[in-house]
Amino acid sequence: MNRDRDNPRSGGRLMDMVPHLILMLGVLIFAFPIYVTVIGSTWDAATIGRGNLPLTPGGEMLNNYASAWSESQGNRVMHTPVRIMMWNSLVMALVIALGKIAISIISAYAVAFFRFPLRMVFFWMIFITLMLPVEVRIIPTYEVVANLGLIDSYAGLTIPLIASATATLLFRQFFLTIPDELVEAAKIDGAGALRFFVDVVLPLSRTNIAALFVILFIYGWNQYLWPLLITNSAEMETVVIGITKMIGNGEAATDWNLIMATTVLAMLPPVAVVVLMQRWFVKGLVDSEK
Amino acid sequence: MQRRVIFDNRALPYLLLAPQVAVTLIFFIWPAAQALWQSVHLQDAFGLRSQFVGLENFQAVLSDPNYLETVKTTIVFSASVTFLSLVSALGLAVLADAKIRAAAAYKTLLIWPYALAPAVAAVLWMFIFNPDIGILGRALNNLGYAWDYRLNDGQALTMVILAASWKQVSYNFIFFLAGLQAIPRSVLEAASIDGAGAVRRFWTITFPLLSPTTFFLLVVNIVYAFFETFGTIHALTHGGPGKATETLIFRVYQDGVVNHDLGGSSAQSVILMVIVIALTAIQFRFVERKVHYS
Repeated sequence: MNRDRDNPRSGGRLMDMVPHLILMLGVLIFAFPIYVTVIGSTWDAATIGRGNLPLTPGGEMLNNYASAWSESQGNRVMHTPVRIMMWNSLVMALVIALGKIAISIISAYAVAFFRFPLRMVFFWMIFITLMLPVEVRIIPTYEVVANLGLIDSYAGLTIPLIASATATLLFRQFFLTIPDELVEAAKIDGAGALRFFVDVVLPLSRTNIAALFVILFIYGWNQYLWPLLITNSAEMETVVIGITKMIGNGEAATDWNLIMATTVLAMLPPVAVVVLMQRWFVKGLVDSEK
Repeated sequence: MQRRVIFDNRALPYLLLAPQVAVTLIFFIWPAAQALWQSVHLQDAFGLRSQFVGLENFQAVLSDPNYLETVKTTIVFSASVTFLSLVSALGLAVLADAKIRAAAAYKTLLIWPYALAPAVAAVLWMFIFNPDIGILGRALNNLGYAWDYRLNDGQALTMVILAASWKQVSYNFIFFLAGLQAIPRSVLEAASIDGAGAVRRFWTITFPLLSPTTFFLLVVNIVYAFFETFGTIHALTHGGPGKATETLIFRVYQDGVVNHDLGGSSAQSVILMVIVIALTAIQFRFVERKVHYS
């Protein structure tokens, strides 16, 4: 990542400062809303409601986080405890990420390492799902899920988002680069297809799996339209949906302190995943989409 | 494409494919077919009877002045989001790619907004620009500018555009940075020895070499603006005031879920599918071409 690029004719000191200033401005524009939110989560509702939020931390931090985390009622809003919503988001993100990786790695293996009747039909059937994001077929997909009795269930929340072609294509692409010699050697040693998958292909795919996991975890955690449709009960609400329900009409007389604490909590897991796994995340993104 | 050496096993490949094929059939192919079917039928209010009406639903949708207004809003919204997030990401990537101190720190600080949900990004913007409690929203009003995006059409559209672009910059930034790092340094050095300044080097070398990345991002950003910004709009403005921030996808939701107009909503879904298929086709033709020449 860090390749040097000298400018042989660099200008004066002032010119050297300009990129820093612009980059800092960029960072500031990204950081400022977060900063205000974190500060807001440390004050009481009345201070924020009056519109005089100071730019320094207040003393209500522990109170706000504790009541957002475990209580279901603030002064003015009813809400599902964040503890429950975070759990739902976590289940959703993990099931989507792991489920998608599991079913697409085996289907890519089938398409890449076998030759069988209808191979290309299946491949294209999976491939065209690239063109049908859940948003464009939202109503009929909802009907299917409703008919299967999966409304308000983890299955309804996750399974329809699990099948998609990107992961399959990425794994297939990678499998095609595995040298033929490796496969031949395995066959000579008497290893079958499953043995080869477990002992050779899975270990080789580690990096790809890690990279995909990061992207899919964030994808699952951040879903909005689908959980909005598919969950009705408060017990099944995800945290991203929960925040916007708490805001309601966005009046000044809202428990903004609790909302801000909830927002901070809702951002933490995906941001932590990106920052901690930056290397894999960037690799996965650039590999899978380009 | 196919490997030379393969396993010969009859049942196994079908077993391995089964889960993905099952999910695809049930949750992709079947609903998509359903959408096509509904788009040419008219259902009574209880969904008990339906009648084939041909292209009437499409006719109704496309001749509805409200729908055309939504198309206009979507175009303004998508074009603005794409342009704003591409240009600012390119600028930041060029600067972060240069040899400066703390480049790695800047990269980390600029990449993380990718992790935010579009709806959460909207909430962050709301805290700041809310006319009652937001720091900047109140500041605007104190300066004598009547700011209330909940009442003013233009301000509402500006808000959703800025919030949606803000969130997308980091994604574009990653790709531009990767593209910039793939440009051979020797080419830039040669140009620099020939006396080309930084601006000239950018326009004659860097920018043309980045054009595949830019094109790819153009398509991805349009798709993002069309579909993934539902959360941003739903959380910030609910499509309002009036219908000022209602995009095509928001309307599919509104007509289908809120107003129970299945035929109309399905016709709109089919129109959106055609748009996605066109965009995907463009992207793949382009990716193919790129593969051939690389």
